[in-house]
Amino acid sequence: MSTERLAPWAEQAMTEHHAAEHGTRGGPGEREQQVLDRIDRARRRKPKVREERITSAHGAGGKATQTLVEAVFLDAFRNSMLEPLGDAAELPVDSARLAMTTDSFVVSPLFFPGGNIGDLAVNGTVNDLAVSGATPRYLSCGFILEEGFEVADLRRIVSSMTAAAEAAGVSLVTGDTKVVGKGSGDGCYLNTTGVGTLDPDRTLGIHTARPGDAVLVSGPVGDHGVTIMLERGELEIDADLESDTAPLHGLCRRLLDDVPGLRAMRDATRGGVATILNEVARAADVSVVVDEDAVPVRAEVRGACELLGIDPLYVACEGRFVAIVDGAEADAALAALRSEPLGREAAVIGHIGDDPPGLVLLKTAFGGTRIVDLLVGDPLPRIC
Amino acid sequence: MCLGIPGEVVEIVPEQPDLARVKVSGVRRAINVGLLEERPAPGDWVLIHVGFALSKIDEEEARAALEFLEGIGQSYVDEVDALRQSMIE
Amino acid sequence: MKFVDEYRDADKARALAAKIAGLCEPGRQYKFMEVCGGHTHTIYKHGLEDYLPEQVSLVHGPGCPVCVIPMGRVDDAIHIASQPDVIMTSFGDMMRVPGSGGTFFDSNAEGTNIRMVYSPLDSLKIARQNPDKHVVFMAIGFETTAPSTAMTLLRAREEGIENFSVFCNHVTIIPAIKAILDSPDLRLDGFLGPGHVSTVIGCRPYEFIAADYGKPLVVAGFEPLDILQSIYQLLLQLRDGRCEVENQYSRVVPWQGNVVALKAMAETMELRPYFEWRGLGFISHSAMRLRDGFAEFDAERVFSMPGVRVADPKACQCGEVLKGVLKPWECKVFGTACTPETPIGTCMVSPEGACAAYYNFGRFSRQRVKEATGA
Repeated sequence: MSTERLAPWAEQAMTEHHAAEHGTRGGPGEREQQVLDRIDRARRRKPKVREERITSAHGAGGKATQTLVEAVFLDAFRNSMLEPLGDAAELPVDSARLAMTTDSFVVSPLFFPGGNIGDLAVNGTVNDLAVSGATPRYLSCGFILEEGFEVADLRRIVSSMTAAAEAAGVSLVTGDTKVVGKGSGDGCYLNTTGVGTLDPDRTLGIHTARPGDAVLVSGPVGDHGVTIMLERGELEIDADLESDTAPLHGLCRRLLDDVPGLRAMRDATRGGVATILNEVARAADVSVVVDEDAVPVRAEVRGACELLGIDPLYVACEGRFVAIVDGAEADAALAALRSEPLGREAAVIGHIGDDPPGLVLLKTAFGGTRIVDLLVGDPLPRIC
Repeated sequence: MCLGIPGEVVEIVPEQPDLARVKVSGVRRAINVGLLEERPAPGDWVLIHVGFALSKIDEEEARAALEFLEGIGQSYVDEVDALRQSMIE
Repeated sequence: MKFVDEYRDADKARALAAKIAGLCEPGRQYKFMEVCGGHTHTIYKHGLEDYLPEQVSLVHGPGCPVCVIPMGRVDDAIHIASQPDVIMTSFGDMMRVPGSGGTFFDSNAEGTNIRMVYSPLDSLKIARQNPDKHVVFMAIGFETTAPSTAMTLLRAREEGIENFSVFCNHVTIIPAIKAILDSPDLRLDGFLGPGHVSTVIGCRPYEFIAADYGKPLVVAGFEPLDILQSIYQLLLQLRDGRCEVENQYSRVVPWQGNVVALKAMAETMELRPYFEWRGLGFISHSAMRLRDGFAEFDAERVFSMPGVRVADPKACQCGEVLKGVLKPWECKVFGTACTPETPIGTCMVSPEGACAAYYNFGRFSRQRVKEATGA
């Protein structure tokens, strides 16, 4: 090959590297620790968006999404209600406490086993309120429709939204419709906003997790994500699997009522359970220790994940949440969840520890240990 | 470097002898079996890589390997037991 | 899952670990290389190193076909994808590998159509469904994957598909192992042989490693007990003063390999005189290209290629890490300039790369993690 060039991004990283501290002193053990400390500092540094354009990774819920949210949105909109970056914001209105959330849905395909974009949107919004400890009350919905989209399909979507709203006890009170040109949308996008009421004297938050707490999931993980992946048809894999989309307000209410030591709940959507646990570890500056054997995963989800080389812990759910409770109340929490139909397969999957802070550790079924880090973007099928 | 997963052949697609339907823990996919010297039969296990069966899994060899592992496990249990015994005595 | 779960049993692992510890001579350090990135993945995924005594360390070898692709080849692929009416396809592994101007995802953000496929046959299917587009399959992988590309090419010719081509980046494992063996500062006691490559090439090609270089090699399976058993077999050989090629993975790997697969490869592909490996440099006869008979399916001939070489920054010490001379953290740029988000060198590119694996999973001492988990 006759010509040669350098990669500008790599040169840039090298320049930044030279500008920063480097060089190590001491024996091998000491030097390794210095390198590790340096990495730790780098990881705690303010996130920076390096890309010049948005890529699909920015929407995947992993590192790239977090960086975008913190470096662009939080930086610009910062206020005390936004700052916790919870599933819903808490709004003090006169003497009442309201919770508000918003979510957009761009799922493809629009219809899939176990649901469609309509009930997915209603359930997703209801769940963001429910896991924040709120009673879901009101929803809005914005419809972004593509020219040529069939009215019959729209009716199907709307009718499942009606059913889902009724099941969750919420009213859809306002909405908006926009139509974009053919080719500018995937048939139908939805944006929903939800408002709920919070109990006057109950505060939940992942930052309140402390060593000794128990970690639970409300059911088998990864059903929704794998169902959607298979339903797209590109992988030509089929399975008798349904999305887990469901409204979780009843299950969350049960935990709120039965478990005074409930610290936090989070629905495990994009990025899956692994991402939620990393958020907990970071927010509370604790470690999260998970027992691989204890995580419920359906055989079909496991089979698809093994074939594609992805980890079910990172696969999205739409009707499952992670709960952190006082360790002494782990059994009560499990019993409360299992007493509801949607929580019958709930499990205690681990506990909160103190070291190493900010990290999620997995005790593998094989008897070893590993770190479960955030992914940069979506889990991708791999061949190696 | 290469992800390979064992799957069980459930059916040879009649009109396409190169294709077999394979089951992996509850999920199914059609797999090309053209790289195998002999066409597999339902009930055979094959190693799947990027949509191809790369090798037929030899159940005899698998059993022998497991017996070796069981043997090591047993001798370990025996040793631990013997150790416990000697500590009691 | 049959043939999977039996080989993930913690009780058997404890027993095997005790045997392994018993075989280690006091005061001696053992360093084995797992050549294959799939093994590296298994080791980290299951936390296998927790079972190894401090005396045994594993060195992660060059067997990650994604990591070794030079940046210039990624640039070439993006160049092809930027031509009008081209759909580029590749495995998910390639999507986040950066070229000099960014990754496939970055390129899609600028308008290219680069799609993930599970199998090269899926790529051919996309070609059938899109007769007005030209569909290119970016083929990567060792001898495990090359036969699938070969079968796809044979199928394309048989069906007379005219809008399909292959950008061939298949590499061969033996020359890479040889390059490592020939390095003067090498300190390895033996090899775990790549199980899935061996289903195709068999076990014979490794015999020179034992005969000429005096290093034992055990072809190993991919479940964690397979790897522990292979380490046990290597230690047995060392204790007995033997130096052989053994096949631990005999349930999948026939000694003679897969004749049909080798024939399909030979029919469609030939060795390149040389190929650049990230981290190891140019290695002769270490990669494959399409034969002249398949020129019409060869993306390198269908399209004009820039073929510009992209140099890794000089401070990058991947070569030393790959040979087991340096530990990842000993590299000057590890963890600061070179991170999984900005992988300066090959070992940081894929999660299987030695540095990425250490960065993601191995940064905390085994002791600290063990204490934290109560394991």
